[in-house]
Amino acid sequence: MTGIDVALDGIEGPAGRMVEPLSFEIAPAASLALIGESGSGKTLTAKSLVGLLPPGFRAAGTLRVDGREHRLDQADASWRAVRGREVSLLLQDPFTSLSPVHRCGPQIAWTLEAKAGRRLPARELDTEVARRLDEVNLPARVARAHPHELSGGMRQRVAIAAALASDPRLLIADEPTTALDASNQAELLDLLRELQHERGMAMLLISHDLGLVRGRTDEVLVMRHGEVVERGATARVLSAPEHQYTKALIAADPALALDAPVHAEASVLAEAAGRAEASGLAEAAGAAPLVRATGVVKRFGERTVLGGVDLEIAAGEIVGIVGESGSGKSTLARCIAGLEREDGGTIAFDGAVLTPGRRSRTPGQMQIVFQDPYSSLNPMMTIGQILREALAVGGRAPSEVAELLQTVGLPADAAGKRPAQLSGGQRQRVAIARALAPRPRLLICDESVSALDVQVQAQILDLLGRLREELGVAILFISHDLAVVRRIADTVTVVWQGRVVERGPCARVLDAPVEEYTKLLVAAAHRDRTLSHDPSTDGRTIPA
Amino acid sequence: MLAVRVLGTLAILFVLSIIVFSMLHLAPGDLVKTLLGTRPASPEAVAAIREQYHLDDPLPVQYLRWLGGVLTGDFGQSIRLQTSVADAIGSRLGLTLALCGLAFVAAIGTGIPLGVQSAVRAGGVLDRVGTALGVIGLSAPTFAVGLLLLYVFAYYLPIFPVYGGGRGPLDTLYHLILPAITLAAGLGAIVLKLTRTAMLRELDADYVTSARARGIPEGRVRRLALRNAAIPIVTGASLLLTFLVGGTVLAETTYALPGLGTLLQDSVLFKDLAVVQALTLLVALVIAVIALLADLAYLLLDPRVRAKGGTA
Repeated sequence: MTGIDVALDGIEGPAGRMVEPLSFEIAPAASLALIGESGSGKTLTAKSLVGLLPPGFRAAGTLRVDGREHRLDQADASWRAVRGREVSLLLQDPFTSLSPVHRCGPQIAWTLEAKAGRRLPARELDTEVARRLDEVNLPARVARAHPHELSGGMRQRVAIAAALASDPRLLIADEPTTALDASNQAELLDLLRELQHERGMAMLLISHDLGLVRGRTDEVLVMRHGEVVERGATARVLSAPEHQYTKALIAADPALALDAPVHAEASVLAEAAGRAEASGLAEAAGAAPLVRATGVVKRFGERTVLGGVDLEIAAGEIVGIVGESGSGKSTLARCIAGLEREDGGTIAFDGAVLTPGRRSRTPGQMQIVFQDPYSSLNPMMTIGQILREALAVGGRAPSEVAELLQTVGLPADAAGKRPAQLSGGQRQRVAIARALAPRPRLLICDESVSALDVQVQAQILDLLGRLREELGVAILFISHDLAVVRRIADTVTVVWQGRVVERGPCARVLDAPVEEYTKLLVAAAHRDRTLSHDPSTDGRTIPA
Repeated sequence: MLAVRVLGTLAILFVLSIIVFSMLHLAPGDLVKTLLGTRPASPEAVAAIREQYHLDDPLPVQYLRWLGGVLTGDFGQSIRLQTSVADAIGSRLGLTLALCGLAFVAAIGTGIPLGVQSAVRAGGVLDRVGTALGVIGLSAPTFAVGLLLLYVFAYYLPIFPVYGGGRGPLDTLYHLILPAITLAAGLGAIVLKLTRTAMLRELDADYVTSARARGIPEGRVRRLALRNAAIPIVTGASLLLTFLVGGTVLAETTYALPGLGTLLQDSVLFKDLAVVQALTLLVALVIAVIALLADLAYLLLDPRVRAKGGTA
């Protein structure tokens, strides 16, 4: 028999059973999506199939590849025959999955030599590496480049070429596009699909994002707490989910709401109109905007990152900035926050022009919530200590920790814990609480929900919306994810190559974009989630 | 960036040269008496000394004259050895270089492989033995290790000579084995710790998982990780070279080796200021050059830093 047949008897971890027994089959050239939140056991399942479970974890069961049986509890030495040749693993983060000090060519060549089991002549290797790069639509000169010289999308292509150089029968892709922009995501998934068909290779796609797998995998397995809760054909699961959890996942996914029914759109529009009216009233009353950035220019060496950007944020307004990585959106936010010094233009807060740099800012003006809640909190401090420190900066009493925790929807006993004891969503709540401690008038959220699961993402977005209502804080919300921005922002500014391409009310810009680039972005976001492939919007963003 | 770094090193050396020059004037007691040493302080001798050292000139002139001499290799006369300082140092430099080189090679040669193995099998027997050895090597003072080795391998088991530098290259090497091991003990322990920590971190990185999942043989995976770990190891090891400079004084004294360490010690005891000045400057120069080389190595090892250096 051909294809992949997995019978997993379970995975045991130091804290007990992590994954319950499960089984699945994948036909050659077919693909199966394994969906679940972080902690659902999907990544453990993937790693158990290449024998790379973390220390302390043990899997039992069998993996059958075209009829050849491999025990999941076999010794590491026996696994070496399986890895690469039978199963290969593609990791999530293209920024860490390639060795930073080696050029890309050799990294692909190692896989080739590993498969051949011997050293190969240099010329033969060069030709083969060039062919493999061509397969993933990269020029041969990439072989001479170090990973840091490539964009995220290109690095992930190199990682794919390296993973496939041993011609495995099964490719396990563990969140292969989570770290990439929307337009890159779609392209990469389509490329994987293409490569699969050419080789008759089975694929196990692991993702937390149900919307992403629509039209890209044949079947879906939904996992929760180490158990499969629902399985079936992708289209069926997405259109008629049976399990409560699957329904919740679909409901929470802002991306799927891009194609949401009309009444939701209408309410968004109505709401936006209401807000616009409110801010219009405020302006009529002669209030200056909270932040007014005019002609902001920023250069890093030779490279101009911001080429004269204007931005206004009214008090209590949520302004979304969208753009791909490298568009300059984060740099703009960092200039406003004083973390970067702009080379030209002015930034005024509450009518007063701020000199570049942090010194002229006060904690009560603005605060930032960063992307990664795992690295933005000091692991050695308790939550209470972190918040007391932030309260002291704002001149508030340490006793207000409880109130702060309550504001962001965390239990009071969280104060005694350390960041490691909290989930990603809880940590981001702590980061928000810390930012709120000096009672800032502007909250800058730099990709603040990008690292979170969809459900948690939805909760944090709700929290941010509520904070605006309750505290009247203005929010500058930066994201590469249009769907997320649509869910929260009043107005949207689209940034491309350091310039503002388009701006306007959120619903107008995202539903009826005027500029070509915005149309491209919106199309990519839609295409990313749906089957309908429109070749005219093939948004190639790989720099030449 | 490199030019800035070289200029910085030169600036540091300049400041150091001023400090070293002032040692002469900052030394406790009467300057002339110090310079006279054990000679009788007759008025003629005092006048000769004042003349020889140009002590009647203003200080900046004295400094420039001294600096000019230093730059042309003239460090003055050693009052203790009655030779030129350059000769005194030159005749002993080889032995100290050989000792330091041998110790460094021994420390790297044992520390890195042990560190790699300890990290690969973290928690295993070798790791635990390595950690125990590391703690001993780190905590035992150089002179204590030296005395212990002397007792065991030169006195109870007369395998190695007790003292002296030996004659001829092979004999010298034979004489240097125990001192080099003494020096290498502490050094190797630090290298082991550095390597183990760096390797553990690299082996945990995504690219290692990714390499293993592609079926790349374990030997190559380890070399791959070691190449990445080389960045912290090289930076750390170059700092260790500077420790070696201090350690060599202790080791040479313990084994009575006629090297620069003993020369420095004797010169300090005899207040042979010209020699002390020259040696201090030499040590400073060596350390500055090592630090510079470490930065260059960093540039060579990490393509990301290289890229940044190129644009800045």
